Amino acid sequence: MINLEVPRKLTTLVDQARQAAMAFLRPNSRKYDQAEHTYPKELDTLASLLDGLSASGGGAGAGGVRRSGSGKSTANLSLVLGTMEMCWGDAGLLLSMPRQGLGNAAIASVASEEQLARYKGKWAAMAITEPDTGSDSGAIRTTAVRDGDHYVLNGEKIFVTSGERADCVVVWATLDRSLGKAAIKSFVVDRDTPGFELVRLEHKLGIRASDTAHFRLDNCRVPASNLLGTPEIKPDQGFAGVMQTFDNTRPLVAAMAVGITRAALEETRRLLTSAGVEIDYDKPANNQHAAAAAFLDMEADYESMYLLTLQAAWMADNRKPNSLQASYAKAKAGRSATAITLRCVELCGSLGYTEHELLEKWSRDAKIMDIFEGTQQIQQLIIARRLLGKTSAQLK
Amino acid sequence: MSASEGLGAKPHRRSALGAVMSVLNRVAGAPVVERLRLKKSVDRALYEATKTGFRTAGAATRSFTAARRLGAPARPPAVADSGVFDLTPTDEQQMIVETVGEFAAERLRPAAASADDKCAPPEELLSTAAELGVTLLGVPEELGGVATERSTVTNVLVAEALATGDMGLALACLAPAAVSNALVQWGNEEQQATYLPAFTGDNVPAAALAIQEPVALFDPFSLRTKAYRTAGGFRLTGVKSLVPRAAAAELFVVAADVDGRGPALFVVESSSVAIESEPAMGLRGAGTGRVVLDQVNVPASALLDADYAECVRLARLGWCALAVGTGQAVLDYVIPYVNERVAFGEPVSHRQGVAFKVADIGTELDGMRLVTYRAAARAAAGLPNAREVALARKLCTDKGMQIGSDGVQLLGGHGFVKEHPVERWYRDLRAVGVMEGAVLV
Repeated sequence: MINLEVPRKLTTLVDQARQAAMAFLRPNSRKYDQAEHTYPKELDTLASLLDGLSASGGGAGAGGVRRSGSGKSTANLSLVLGTMEMCWGDAGLLLSMPRQGLGNAAIASVASEEQLARYKGKWAAMAITEPDTGSDSGAIRTTAVRDGDHYVLNGEKIFVTSGERADCVVVWATLDRSLGKAAIKSFVVDRDTPGFELVRLEHKLGIRASDTAHFRLDNCRVPASNLLGTPEIKPDQGFAGVMQTFDNTRPLVAAMAVGITRAALEETRRLLTSAGVEIDYDKPANNQHAAAAAFLDMEADYESMYLLTLQAAWMADNRKPNSLQASYAKAKAGRSATAITLRCVELCGSLGYTEHELLEKWSRDAKIMDIFEGTQQIQQLIIARRLLGKTSAQLK
Repeated sequence: MSASEGLGAKPHRRSALGAVMSVLNRVAGAPVVERLRLKKSVDRALYEATKTGFRTAGAATRSFTAARRLGAPARPPAVADSGVFDLTPTDEQQMIVETVGEFAAERLRPAAASADDKCAPPEELLSTAAELGVTLLGVPEELGGVATERSTVTNVLVAEALATGDMGLALACLAPAAVSNALVQWGNEEQQATYLPAFTGDNVPAAALAIQEPVALFDPFSLRTKAYRTAGGFRLTGVKSLVPRAAAAELFVVAADVDGRGPALFVVESSSVAIESEPAMGLRGAGTGRVVLDQVNVPASALLDADYAECVRLARLGWCALAVGTGQAVLDYVIPYVNERVAFGEPVSHRQGVAFKVADIGTELDGMRLVTYRAAARAAAGLPNAREVALARKLCTDKGMQIGSDGVQLLGGHGFVKEHPVERWYRDLRAVGVMEGAVLV
């Protein structure tokens, strides 16, 4: 039966996440935006609190979700709902949450039971991008060469979120560059592994509370058992192993975008109301103040990105293939978050543009949502190939 | 810049030469009817239906009488809250949608171009739609229908499925259900007993919900059609615009402002009104017209005890569903086209400029559908839905129109000619942001 409300059993979780965002994230939002690269120590307290909530069936962070067992769950749905609330608080701080990295999502998606147990409680970052390889992740140059019980990794990785603070990093590397995408595997590299060198931290447009690291792997020896998934190179499977992570992480990024957008819309509505602009849902938009009409326009796009995100998560929970819907959510949320937050700044004038309020920050934070975990254009490619029935060779 | 400057601020002045040219134009244009020798025949009827402002009397009304009255009005209860997020229609809904979808593909789509041309739906198609039970879905079992609970979601799914065939014909099929649904929601036992049996019988009357008025920036909460109290009831005066199947309708539910105190709904039988043909850029298959009410007297019993705001919302929601169905038709049509059309040695779909437009249609359409479904499910469950309906309408208006425009663009020159249906969908999708009333889910 069609019903798109938050499930009754998740309302407590959503409320807890909102409370956490109000108490820990929003009040520290500006502080760590300004103090880039400073560790947000308040998050340690919050993380322990969330661990406690997770143990009692709650939890609200950006951890990984495992598609195993049978039957339906609400794990993905609760994850995206929690993420929305937390990013309503602060997206940069959520990305800095201990033990909630994208690497954790990768481990949860593709690790064996033994690996899952081994990395339980660890904070894992994700390293895919290289200086010369962004969206074209099939072209990565970092190599992994088997040497006895180890793989030896060499290469360079950039844009590693929480790379400095995490316990370990999931590194994508190729076993054989001549075999293309099928040879790309992911390896868990502990931060203290010799040869795993932090080059620098980036200075960014937004999500400045989150550290973004640049690593060099110089003959970095990793135990063979740290390879996630199978070491076999199956050309027919191509990217399947590593790419399926994205089906879980793209709705999460969409959820982050939803959270930021909701924050911006709520604040804009408050400021518009104080400026004497009322929003009427029954009166035609064209008969209202131009700012009210603009608000309705933005809120309509917000509703679309919100529901597309819930759909992608719900499909994962119900074991339906969701690559297309994950990309729908990511594409819509990425572009609408950017457009809406920037328009909110415009509507609110100097209150929007200056650091008195957080609107300007949200419009800086939002932009990354249309870039990481696959840019807008990559999502459009994925969607178009699916709808048109095209291969990546046909539709480049 | 002052208000007297800028585009459109002043009318264009006609010079002496201009006056001569305008006389020449009238002389040149006048004999068209005679030259074609249009008789009082099919040609003539076609000419009248497609000519703006041709006035006729309203259709003859059958005699509606209350046969069997219930002790109290029958209203289907709100759908019980499942407490679970779910995007799966019920088995029953799936069955209905499949049947209606087949009807749309096999009957509506092939009839659409000709209905668009003639500004009239084919009669046999409407009777088949009635046989399918489009009007039964919302009527409770006690009154001869099939509804056991509020059917908003089912109605939305049906409207969407019909519109995948053709929006204008979907509107023609759904128009009577707007009236029967209004009677179910807001009719008292007398009104339900008088009118509803006709809608659940073999010969469903043409009927329409008339809210729209011919005025720029129309606001359904600020009506120009007025109802004044008289000794025996009300006297209605005003003009309703873009009323589907106006000339054929036997019954109207008309929105009018009562004594300057705000809008209300009245049941008006067609014999008391005049009808003007009013062909528009789209929705032509629905045979749209104006309903002219000139001091029409109705009895006090004609007033529906309606939640008018809810009525406006449920109509808007119906338009969202029609937009979603039409958007789906566009997507399903352009995909094979861009895959088969070859330019520069490969299918045009191998170019990102083309492929990304298709991706955006898919993305926005899926969002439109979800936003519409959420609003419908809230309405069915009896939850507040003003916000959700407003957002659905905004989204379906803007993205629906974009999809209509992109559909034509993707076919290029072929999209602009009537050999392909995309130009019709372009015209139809503009209606979503214009229309108030006409459908009710």
